[in-house]
Amino acid sequence: MSFQNQDPQTNGQSDNEEPVHYQLKLFVTGASPNSLRAIINTKEFCEHYLKNQYDLEIIDVYQQPLIAQAEQIIALPMLIKKFPLPVRRLIGDMSDTKKVLKGLELENAG
Amino acid sequence: MFNQNQFSTTQTLPKAPTGITGLDDITGGGIPKGRPTLICGEAGSGKTLFSVEFIIRGAMEFNEPGVFMSFEEKAEELAMNVTSLGFDLQQLQAEKKIRIDHVHIERSEIEETGEYDLDGLFIRLGYAIDSIGAKRVVLDTIENLFSGLSNPSILRAELRRLFQWLKEKGVTAIITGEKGDGTLTRQGLEEYVSDCVILLDHRVSNQISTRRLRIVKYRGTLHGTNEYPFLIDEEGISVLPITALKLNKEVSSERISSGIPQLDDMLGGQGFFCGSSILVSGTAGTGKTSIASYFANETCKRGDKCIYFAFEESPSQIMRNMLSIGLDLQKYVDSGLLHFRASRPTLNGLEMHLLAIHKEIKKLKPQVVILDPITNLVTVGSVSEVKSMLIRLIDFLQEEQITVMFTALTLNTVVNEQTDEGVSSLVDAWMLVRDIEFNGERNRGLYMMKSRGMRHSNQVREFVINDKGLDLINVYLGPDGVLTGSARETHQMNEETGKVIYNHGLSRKDREIERKRKALEAKIATLQSEFESAEEELNRMYVEEELVKAVAEKTRREMTKMRGGNDTEI
Repeated sequence: MSFQNQDPQTNGQSDNEEPVHYQLKLFVTGASPNSLRAIINTKEFCEHYLKNQYDLEIIDVYQQPLIAQAEQIIALPMLIKKFPLPVRRLIGDMSDTKKVLKGLELENAG
Repeated sequence: MFNQNQFSTTQTLPKAPTGITGLDDITGGGIPKGRPTLICGEAGSGKTLFSVEFIIRGAMEFNEPGVFMSFEEKAEELAMNVTSLGFDLQQLQAEKKIRIDHVHIERSEIEETGEYDLDGLFIRLGYAIDSIGAKRVVLDTIENLFSGLSNPSILRAELRRLFQWLKEKGVTAIITGEKGDGTLTRQGLEEYVSDCVILLDHRVSNQISTRRLRIVKYRGTLHGTNEYPFLIDEEGISVLPITALKLNKEVSSERISSGIPQLDDMLGGQGFFCGSSILVSGTAGTGKTSIASYFANETCKRGDKCIYFAFEESPSQIMRNMLSIGLDLQKYVDSGLLHFRASRPTLNGLEMHLLAIHKEIKKLKPQVVILDPITNLVTVGSVSEVKSMLIRLIDFLQEEQITVMFTALTLNTVVNEQTDEGVSSLVDAWMLVRDIEFNGERNRGLYMMKSRGMRHSNQVREFVINDKGLDLINVYLGPDGVLTGSARETHQMNEETGKVIYNHGLSRKDREIERKRKALEAKIATLQSEFESAEEELNRMYVEEELVKAVAEKTRREMTKMRGGNDTEI
């Protein structure tokens, strides 16, 4: 029974072409100017282009140094698009909106 | 001048030993401690191996944990690469002595959207250093960042910051960089790393490759400035200092036999000095190898170790050939005293040969080393290169108090021509074996050209090789000059005959004298007997006279008595 309940939901989603839900992670370093700018810019960007269809996680790498190796982090700030695939990495303070759109493959939306 | 004064008064730079064989000798103790060092070179020049060895040896030998940050190879690849050198990277990682971090940058995955910095790298590196208390760091090859990230001005600023940060951390760092056009590294890293720069080089000349290393700069310390050859083999990197800077080695006055008693006689009766270098030169087929083999044999007979480096014949060939002159080398090979190391000179470059010889000597610690022949090495290098190699070898051997015998082929029979790769002036003893062609045959003559520090014969000796072995015979100096071979034998035979005849004559004269003596003696006997009979006759007459006298006296007395007994008359 439960299976049947699930199936129509998924089918319905794809049929309606409901926009995919973006999973984003923003890595920053404390309260450095670049980090602060990146946080503000990312938030603005997401509200503007991905309203209600994104999860944004902001991680301070200073607090979790182990994650730097796991996520292959070199340059900061960095925004990782985990979903939808492919994974993309954007570095910088996200001030260049065009490039962010390109990086997130949202050029059509812009 | 100012610098010199400063140098002598202030304390020298603290150094971190690399543990790489030979490098610490050139640098006077290692690379600058707590500072970054740049190692640059072309692709395949051994930068990565160099830095890996620095980290591993640091962890294993100097108890200094290290972080290896690789921008090229993955941790597993690195581990596999060094397994062949006998290092277990996994184990060292598990023991928290080494931490490997592979930095992966893929330009196509990255979009640059504004200002950024390399804090991520700093955090990663900082965490890695702190987690194992690392004292050493390698960044291999940080220039890869430039291919992954497109903003060079940010990168440059960040690299400058990174090196400063490494210094503040007090870690001894190695940064590798690929050699660029006209610059040491493609991105000019040498601008940022100013304390020590080492350049690796891989050159091929005459189809033979040689790796070399040069310290381009090393602030605040003395260092060797030459190009030093280095070798990568199953034990990692070994760098060979070309020449010891000083000539202050110990010498021994102990003597060792050459294995040929007559040759020892020529050398003041005791043979060579221990730890000296001996050159045996001569034209083809004069028995240089035989002399060398005798020397090897004698060494092993004493129970000492000997390494025989053969560049011409294979060990079994030498042993077979030596058996024909009554020398059994096989038993010493079996007992581990004699080691043959045969290689074609063209196998690798001169430096590699030298290094290989070094390593063998270090490993086996022999008392005697034989190189047969050094002339073949010219096929892989110029005469001056061979000379420089031999100088270094002799240097090294003398330091280790190892006696060395070289054989050299002279193509020229002119004696005073220095054809022996110019080493004749370097060696302590120089023996020359040459052909003497005379009377329709070829004989060998041997003489000492020089032998430092001992009385030695100035005579040419005939050098005979037969199935019993080597023999040195005094040559015959006759009215016709120096005679050797059958001419000498003929002459000796003539002399022998003369002697017999002479002796014969002598004995005839002796007999004559004997006869004369006998005759005289007979005469003396006759005279003696004549004298005796004459003496007897005389004695008889004397007695008779006495008797007559006595009788006359008696008669006279009686007559007196008869006349009247008048005694007074008497």
